[in-house]
Amino acid sequence: MKSFFKKATVMALTLAVGMSLVAGCGSDKKDDKAASTKVEGKISASGSTALLPLLKVGQEEFYKKHDKVTINLSGGGSFTGQKQVAAGSVDIGNSDVALGADFKDKGLVETKLVGIPFVFIANKDVPVDNLSAQQYVDILTGKIKNWKEVGGKDQQITLVHRAKSSGSRATIADVVLKGAEFTDAAVIQDSNGAVRSAIATTPGAIGYVDAAYVDSSVKALSYDGVKYSIAAVVDGKYPVYTFGRMFTKGEPKGAVKAFIDYVTSAEFQNVNAEKQGFVPITKMKK
Amino acid sequence: MKKYDLDRLRNEKLAKNILLCSAAFLTVVIIALIVFMGQQGLQTFTDVSPFEFFFSTKWNPDNGQYGAFSFIFGSLLVTFLAILVGGPIGVMGAVFMAKLAPKWVCEIMKPAVNLYMAIPSVVYGFIGLTVVVPAVREYFGVPVGFGILTASFILSIMILPTVISISTDALLSVPKMLEEGSVALGATYWQTIWHIVLPAAKPGIVTAIILGMARAIGETMAVQMVIGNTPRLADSLFSPTSTLPSEIVVEMGNTPFGSTWGNALFLMALVLLLISLIMILVVRKISAKKAVEA
Repeated sequence: MKSFFKKATVMALTLAVGMSLVAGCGSDKKDDKAASTKVEGKISASGSTALLPLLKVGQEEFYKKHDKVTINLSGGGSFTGQKQVAAGSVDIGNSDVALGADFKDKGLVETKLVGIPFVFIANKDVPVDNLSAQQYVDILTGKIKNWKEVGGKDQQITLVHRAKSSGSRATIADVVLKGAEFTDAAVIQDSNGAVRSAIATTPGAIGYVDAAYVDSSVKALSYDGVKYSIAAVVDGKYPVYTFGRMFTKGEPKGAVKAFIDYVTSAEFQNVNAEKQGFVPITKMKK
Repeated sequence: MKKYDLDRLRNEKLAKNILLCSAAFLTVVIIALIVFMGQQGLQTFTDVSPFEFFFSTKWNPDNGQYGAFSFIFGSLLVTFLAILVGGPIGVMGAVFMAKLAPKWVCEIMKPAVNLYMAIPSVVYGFIGLTVVVPAVREYFGVPVGFGILTASFILSIMILPTVISISTDALLSVPKMLEEGSVALGATYWQTIWHIVLPAAKPGIVTAIILGMARAIGETMAVQMVIGNTPRLADSLFSPTSTLPSEIVVEMGNTPFGSTWGNALFLMALVLLLISLIMILVVRKISAKKAVEA
């Protein structure tokens, strides 16, 4: 672990040198052609694993335009991304949760990358299709324990969701629970896929996953009468979403700025975001 | 001296140094590991009292609550249940292999047991998740199949090869003379096994069982897949709970290194390491005693 951080520091130093070389081309709006001749250097980014697949595509596309830039993408989780960018060991910290209280005064600048919608799913034997916001709160906090209390059959509700360190869980706590606490009486799985398969095989199970993970093995539930769709998120009717964010220490500059500008551009977002189950940031009201 | 002798001398020295380096490397790695885990883990106590960590069941890092008792208890409970089921079955299997089985059966079983030991734990976990979890749920009529019982069941199977192979060796090393003496005095074969062979092989069998426990307590993947990973004290055989390794593996991915939360996970790893270390020390003590008796 330690040597990893040493490496990261060395990398950051190399990068600082690289960045100072390209610092000259920091003018605000320039077209891609001008940029392709000037942008070079190394970019390191870590954090959210949910955003990683999208950024990997972004990296490949970006390389086609700027072959003198090297981008080093790694995971580690949202909180790790925030911590590392605050410490200066990476250039970009990716996160699907808002900045933690510890990092508020570290001069981090947030750029929103995509909208990340979440969908509540249940086992297919559950006859309920829709729950109200309050019913979700009562189920997640453990107040409602049986499906018959929300119009289903007499069957125990089994909550299947993510660990306390998960960004998805933090989002649901924030957006749906609004401060109330999750019950500890739940089955915990450590990824979206595992949550989905546990729900698919456990009668009476309910949980939430990133919208991209909803498939025919489970039943997608509506939230307050609104069925999830990208349009519903864009219109502001479906509130269960968060933003994928990229944090930089200070305003992004040089190659980092070029990369962030590229992955948030309509050109990239319209093609790739929806394909990966995200809502293009260009369509969202920020 | 002839050149040939000098070469030989040099080769000898070289070989000795390589062996020394390997041994030193091993020692340095294990010490570095313990020091690193200790350093990270013990930092937890700057924010959390040892009493809270070891005896509170409230694991709520968001609110600064780091009680790991449910995980320690969960680990010990599944290990105990696994050995309760797997221990006797393993020892009986070993008795069969060492004393009763015809030679050709032994020749099939021995490699089979070794192969059994090489099955990756994720395979056990996967079968547990797809077969045992639904079976437990349906057979016992409980809402979820994840939990203590399922995890213990999987573990009791996973420790069998360890228990069987070490017990078999212990039973085989019992001097034939003792058995023959017993049979000559008119004891039946069963009496001989029960009263002579098993007691004589006891230190080896205890070692087998402790090593089986060490295997069970450290098992991560298979347990994580079937136990439910709920940070809550188990109150029945069917309640989902969490063990030290399963909690570490579920949370470490998204926990920043160096935070109190991350440190608490390291402390859990340290506790796990110490438990295993104690088991190994007990095994050493037993084998030392055995050497004295013999």
